[in-house]
Amino acid sequence: MRSVRFVCVFASVVAFGLTTSANAQIEIDIQYIKQLVDAPPTLSNLDPIPEDLGTHGAELGLQDNATTGRFLGQTYSLTVTEVDVGGDFAEAVRSALSSSDLLVLDAPQEQVLMAADMPETAGALLFNTRAADVALRSDACRANLLHTLPSYAMKADALMQFFVQRRWEDIALIAGERPDDQAWADTLENSARKFGLKFGARKTWVFDADMRRNASQEVPLFTQELGDYDVLLVADAADDFARYIPYNTWRPRPVAGSAGLRPVTWHRVVEQWGAAQLQSRFDTLADRPMQDRDYAAWAAVRAIGEAVTRTGAADAETLRAFMLSQEFELAGFKGAPLTFRTWNGQLRQPIPIVHERALVAQAPLEGFLHQRTELDTLGLDQPESRCTAFDN
Amino acid sequence: MKLPILTALTAALLSTTALADEIWVTNEKDDTISVIDVETLDVIRTIETGERPRGITFSKDFSVVYICASDSDAVQVMDPNTGEILHDLPSGEDPEQFVLHPDNRHLYIANEDDAITTVVDTETRTVVAQIDVGIEPEGMAVSPDGKIAITTSETTNMAHWIDTETQQLFANTLVDSRPRHAEFIKEGTELWVSAEIGGTISVFDVATQTEKTKIDFELPNIHPDRVQPVGFEFTTGDRHAFVALGPSNHVAVVNAETYEVEEYILVGRRVWHMDFNRDRTLLFTTNGVSGDVTVIDVASRKAIKSIKVGRFPWGAAFRPTD
Repeated sequence: MRSVRFVCVFASVVAFGLTTSANAQIEIDIQYIKQLVDAPPTLSNLDPIPEDLGTHGAELGLQDNATTGRFLGQTYSLTVTEVDVGGDFAEAVRSALSSSDLLVLDAPQEQVLMAADMPETAGALLFNTRAADVALRSDACRANLLHTLPSYAMKADALMQFFVQRRWEDIALIAGERPDDQAWADTLENSARKFGLKFGARKTWVFDADMRRNASQEVPLFTQELGDYDVLLVADAADDFARYIPYNTWRPRPVAGSAGLRPVTWHRVVEQWGAAQLQSRFDTLADRPMQDRDYAAWAAVRAIGEAVTRTGAADAETLRAFMLSQEFELAGFKGAPLTFRTWNGQLRQPIPIVHERALVAQAPLEGFLHQRTELDTLGLDQPESRCTAFDN
Repeated sequence: MKLPILTALTAALLSTTALADEIWVTNEKDDTISVIDVETLDVIRTIETGERPRGITFSKDFSVVYICASDSDAVQVMDPNTGEILHDLPSGEDPEQFVLHPDNRHLYIANEDDAITTVVDTETRTVVAQIDVGIEPEGMAVSPDGKIAITTSETTNMAHWIDTETQQLFANTLVDSRPRHAEFIKEGTELWVSAEIGGTISVFDVATQTEKTKIDFELPNIHPDRVQPVGFEFTTGDRHAFVALGPSNHVAVVNAETYEVEEYILVGRRVWHMDFNRDRTLLFTTNGVSGDVTVIDVASRKAIKSIKVGRFPWGAAFRPTD
């Protein structure tokens, strides 16, 4: 377990006497806990997972908060703690709680739930920035846990809206063997049915051949058995084989999901709505493009900052209540204000649908209506979520 | 020997035909300016600029035009007659928007990537001051008496009040999310700040820097999330504000006495900034996504024409030609 502490200190701090607000001096410490995992082996090493994935997003959020804070007499700090594979996550949480009750958890579902269920975190405010599992927004939701990363359901619904709009109505699917792949595939299948699309053949990817040599021979035969369809979905959570599917299918059909057309939280091709500025700030800090987990971490830290700015408070209870209220909104560079769902703590947000070189569309797409906000056409709407931990 | 007379005649003819006033529009993704003839409502000239031109403003005597060429990291100074870039001003990085001080000499520039407001002396071409402000500074305004400059910061969500004597901040006031544009009105007693994501305009009492009221916008059949106020301008006597509402594709007409919205006018897609003609009877709005400019008849509050310009028109500035 290693911890690194960041404090944003400005050499030219503006005299606090200037602040017209009644805010007293406040210090806000945010604890960021990252569970390291052994990434499953993948066929290609072209896109290694950056070691600093997520943490740079939190650091950028801290910088953004600190710039605002200096005009209001608010000082922010961030402590990043990494828990080794097989390490004691609970101990890291306990240790973090000794300095703050605002925790950002960059961890898989198992660790996130463990942290949320510890008696010590009952009064704390936790943010999930890595686990996309639908259960965390449904049966397995927790009152002290908010999610800034979109769920698999939000991403699946985004893609299906696009298919409906394009009239790609017959869908085939290839999923990997790992539980994550199957969960993602199930979510895609449910979403397709929800949007009235026809879900045809579904096959599990069982090849263990090295696709860098064989894709052109294996994939056409493999996909020949899928029959006809309009679009082929690939569910490959670990980014193992998906990249070898496009252009190798038996039929000339578009590929979507984990390859080809992808629903994402964030991507370097997002540049509208002032996003170019966020991208450039991130690139300056991290020297690489911003990814999903970076964005989720940034959003969690910024949500804390926004709530502190507007309430002048720093305690978990006040901040949580404010974030779940009508007053809260976060400008997240996605063209719509981001707010939290009061029934499961999920941050509502548009989902960019991208290919490697451009933004193709951004869900919710025009024509998908909702009585509350069109953003609630993505993911678990109030009647769909089985979450009961939130009072409403 | 007859030649000089002929030339003089031609020159006289040219100058009479060239009398129509113009609206200059920066095209963010074309690196050009489209010049619209206010009489014919046609684009009569297209002028090349530096990269990603956004903010545009003329000197008080209209002898030069200043252009924020954001991706060239420069404020360009152009001769409006020839379209020639005379020189660049040191602007700090990524200048997005600026305002010219009533002294016709100092430019206050928002450096979007650097969280800085840069003050440039356009005569000596030097940076007079750099002021730390919030993240992504954008909206810029100077009070009519020149004593106060305002920078709004989009991510910090504040209006920063700068004392132009000392070039220091003397107040910072919170507004709603993503403040985009600021204007002083009513002889500098009132400051309006639009908040794009917040969907509001905050009206401040300048003497106390406190919020007097907040204007909300509500369009039937358009979700509030899409109603995003950005640029706005006032009619003669500051009686009404015309407010660009971004991706809702409407301009709102706000009564500046009662702060009530009186009308919504359908314009092009993602309406951004605007300027009036000389007597403020016509308003020209830039519509980024549809790549055109909507001409609004101010009296009837109707859109009367849309004019195709370059890609992603951003700023607009009026130029008299006499």
